[in-house]
Amino acid sequence: MTAETLEAPSATAPAGAPPHPLREFWSYFSANRGAVAGLVVIVLVLLAAVFAEVLAPHSPYLTNNAVFLKPPAWQEGGSWSYPLGTDAIGRDILSRLLYGARLSLVIGIAVVALAMALGIVLGLVAGFFKGVTEIVIMRLMDIVLTMPSLLLAIVIVAILGPGLMNAMLAVAIVVLPHYVRITRAAVIAETSKDYVVAAKVSGAGTLRLMFSEVLPNCTAPLIVQATLGVSTAILDAAALGFLGLGAQPPTPEWGTMLADAREFVLRAWWVVTLPGLAILITVLAFNLLGDGLRDALDPKLKR
Amino acid sequence: MPLLEIENLSVEFPTSAGTLKAVDRISLTLDEGEILGVVGESGSGKSVTMLALMGLVAYPGKITADRLMFGGRDLLAMSDRERRKLTGKDVAMIFQEPSTSLNPCFTIGFQIAETLRKHEGMDGKAARRRAIELLEQVGIPAPESRMKAYPHQLSGGMNQRVMIAMAIACNPRLLIADEPTTALDVTIQAQILDLLISLQRERDMALVLITHNMGVVAETAQRIMVMYAGQIMEERNVASLFAAPQHPYSAALLAALPERSEGEHRLATIPGMVPGLHDRPKGCLFSPRCAYATDHSRLVQPELRPWQDGQIRCHYPLGDPQRDALRAAGGNRLAAPETTP
Amino acid sequence: MLRFILTRVSLVIPTFIGITMLAFFLIRLVPGDPIETMAGERGIDATRHEMLRKELGLDQPLLVQYGIYIGRVLHGDLGKSIVTRESVISEFNALFPATIELALCAIFIALAIGLPAGIIAAVKRNSIFDHGVMGLSLTGYSMPIFWWGLLLILLFSVQLGITPVSGRIAVQYYIEPVTGFLTVDSLLAGDWDAFKSALSHLVLPSIVLGTVPLAVIARMTRSAMLEVLGEDYIRTARAKGMAPFRVVALHALRNALIPVITVIGLQVGVLFTGAILTETIFSWPGIGKWLIEAISRRDYPILQGGTLLIGVVVMSVNLFVDLLYGLINPRIRHAR
Repeated sequence: MTAETLEAPSATAPAGAPPHPLREFWSYFSANRGAVAGLVVIVLVLLAAVFAEVLAPHSPYLTNNAVFLKPPAWQEGGSWSYPLGTDAIGRDILSRLLYGARLSLVIGIAVVALAMALGIVLGLVAGFFKGVTEIVIMRLMDIVLTMPSLLLAIVIVAILGPGLMNAMLAVAIVVLPHYVRITRAAVIAETSKDYVVAAKVSGAGTLRLMFSEVLPNCTAPLIVQATLGVSTAILDAAALGFLGLGAQPPTPEWGTMLADAREFVLRAWWVVTLPGLAILITVLAFNLLGDGLRDALDPKLKR
Repeated sequence: MPLLEIENLSVEFPTSAGTLKAVDRISLTLDEGEILGVVGESGSGKSVTMLALMGLVAYPGKITADRLMFGGRDLLAMSDRERRKLTGKDVAMIFQEPSTSLNPCFTIGFQIAETLRKHEGMDGKAARRRAIELLEQVGIPAPESRMKAYPHQLSGGMNQRVMIAMAIACNPRLLIADEPTTALDVTIQAQILDLLISLQRERDMALVLITHNMGVVAETAQRIMVMYAGQIMEERNVASLFAAPQHPYSAALLAALPERSEGEHRLATIPGMVPGLHDRPKGCLFSPRCAYATDHSRLVQPELRPWQDGQIRCHYPLGDPQRDALRAAGGNRLAAPETTP
Repeated sequence: MLRFILTRVSLVIPTFIGITMLAFFLIRLVPGDPIETMAGERGIDATRHEMLRKELGLDQPLLVQYGIYIGRVLHGDLGKSIVTRESVISEFNALFPATIELALCAIFIALAIGLPAGIIAAVKRNSIFDHGVMGLSLTGYSMPIFWWGLLLILLFSVQLGITPVSGRIAVQYYIEPVTGFLTVDSLLAGDWDAFKSALSHLVLPSIVLGTVPLAVIARMTRSAMLEVLGEDYIRTARAKGMAPFRVVALHALRNALIPVITVIGLQVGVLFTGAILTETIFSWPGIGKWLIEAISRRDYPILQGGTLLIGVVVMSVNLFVDLLYGLINPRIRHAR
């Protein structure tokens, strides 16, 4: 009985088992309305991209001589067979936007995947093999970071030749330093910790250490960077498309669509407004999601 | 007339998990030139009480009080602007971390002179002269050259002296020192305390010394206030409390002092932790850790009441002659007060 | 302090070498023979080809070629435009002020709105204003500015007709360049109408170019202020009885500006990126448009020289900001 009264209150308190990490993450994440909105929009864009064939009323390439610059359905002169109107050569804008969603997501994900794969390897190498290797890699990344991102991408595309593939490669190179830096910083922080030292002492090889011990511990910042990176990639690829250096017409890429629409800015607001709106909404959604993920994954901000 | 009168001061913070009562119905009076020691574990509300008095509790925190008088003036009825004329002038405060409490972007000369310019209406030159005097008074060597120094160029002890100089700049009637020596080296601690005490004597200002060091209180203060979980447990004269603590918590704190543990092999400790937001007991807040708790004290919270030469919040003060009878009536399931085996 | 400056300046040297290497080797990657590329579609005969190869040093080993290139760069020789036969440097110098004028206006707009918005958002944390600022700034940050420019043209030039669509100044004005900034030069010339014209041409492009920096500055200012407002010395300032405005505008802001200035410095790269797009949309005769045109004309010396020059400009601004950072942060200023 003595023990009972002297027991620490914390022990008698109804302390349930700590929540599952994923569950805890979700409770932080779902409290952030912006991030949830971003996620919803991304899912919608994803659905639009996957089911573009089903959803699109027309082929994105099909031109129709009868309907040049037809306004959206709700405006005078519009018709429901072209809900968002048509462009200068009679293509259905809605269909092009839907296929454009597919293209933009592919661009964003492919660019980030490429940059991340390369960045992780370079970052691990720089972090583990110190010395000249590290200096060379990090200096190169500094130089890439010094150059204005779009300028560097433009120069790369100008040299490799315009086109979607080259544009994606250029953007991947431009965003590479972020992933290298994150991975290297994580490696340096983690290798000084006890569990890595322990693994080393117990004879784990460098490669094993790199991928099985250290890498899982820098996934959180990488996930955040990757999410934000998708938005950068979409934005930069669209900018290159707009400058005529990215996807080439008649590809229904949003930036390229805007470039085509430029000269009609005085006559047809919809050909200019809609593709840009699509870019803005998608990029904003990824940024919202990225911010939300960062807040939910960053233990420093947890209270 | 007492310098400071506080009646039922409470401070609450709304959090996502519920309302946190950081300070719970504190009542206190303080005379001119008196030294009050405030002791208690971290999180017991010592600092928040004083911050509330200074008007420094930030936005979501809510302050309520029946009465809050300083020098005969009603702090509750004052506008913020009037209140600011008082804080920093008549009531000043120094903090635990001297090095982060000074602004890293400004010279210490500027930071002292700023107070003088604001409250004494001095021009730049006069404020500078006075600031040098003040630095001299708090024992900073070569004060003139130190005026241009930035906080990061001085040691922690020096920075605390600067903080003290800043606090006494306008001859305050009350100085609140919030654990002024905790962050400093042991050798510096005594110097800073001596400085505070001698300044207090010279100027006859009241001093509130927040600390978790009972020894410091014994040496310096006239009165002592023991706080626990936002409440006053016991508040009495230092000598009488040290001679015969009335609250089991005060007694336990004293028993934990190394200099009091004569002949014993291990220092006495108080088992358990200060209750948090969720495990706040229904009755006496100390009951889960109290060796003398009864069913009654676990269910009914004792009121703060006058006791001997001060006040206490306890059903069964140690010096109460009817104590055993009261405890027996309170449904005592315990045979004897023992510490954990 | 001197040591701090010297370290920072010396750190720039490898970056500079890197930029020259980038400019040099990237152009080597162009598929095909550089001389034939330069000659264009008209072709070139074998003897002249050989002559040019010698003249341009293309028969030397690559490293020697790079050495020669560095030597020329250090003497200020960045080659000549294939199209206009003008030297790259002189073309750059002629167009650079237009970009600077635009960029300065853009950063001014970004600071004038972004700093106060960020400060107020931090002070009134979680208020409607705060949420509004954060939402708008994330939108600005996500903005495809080439579209944003078109949208503003659609609204202000086409619908409302209050701003011109393109260029720096109406065609009827000729202003002798002194500073190269048309707004300043027109005032120096005392031509009030020309000034108004130049200013009206400047408004939309500056807004477009300033949007992303504005968003970044507002967000950064807010988070820096939030962090500083929780510091002990803010409590001290309030304990001294300082008015809330003085606490925020002096004690907090002075500290919060340190990270914000770094971010402003990093916006220089963003500004050049934006300038390329903004100048293209508004036909603004600056270096962004110049580079894009060089690409479509396959004018590689301009592309090479322009890249190098912009790289050096960004690097210098970053260095300058770095030094400024040391100047406003006493902890660095007094570090030995």
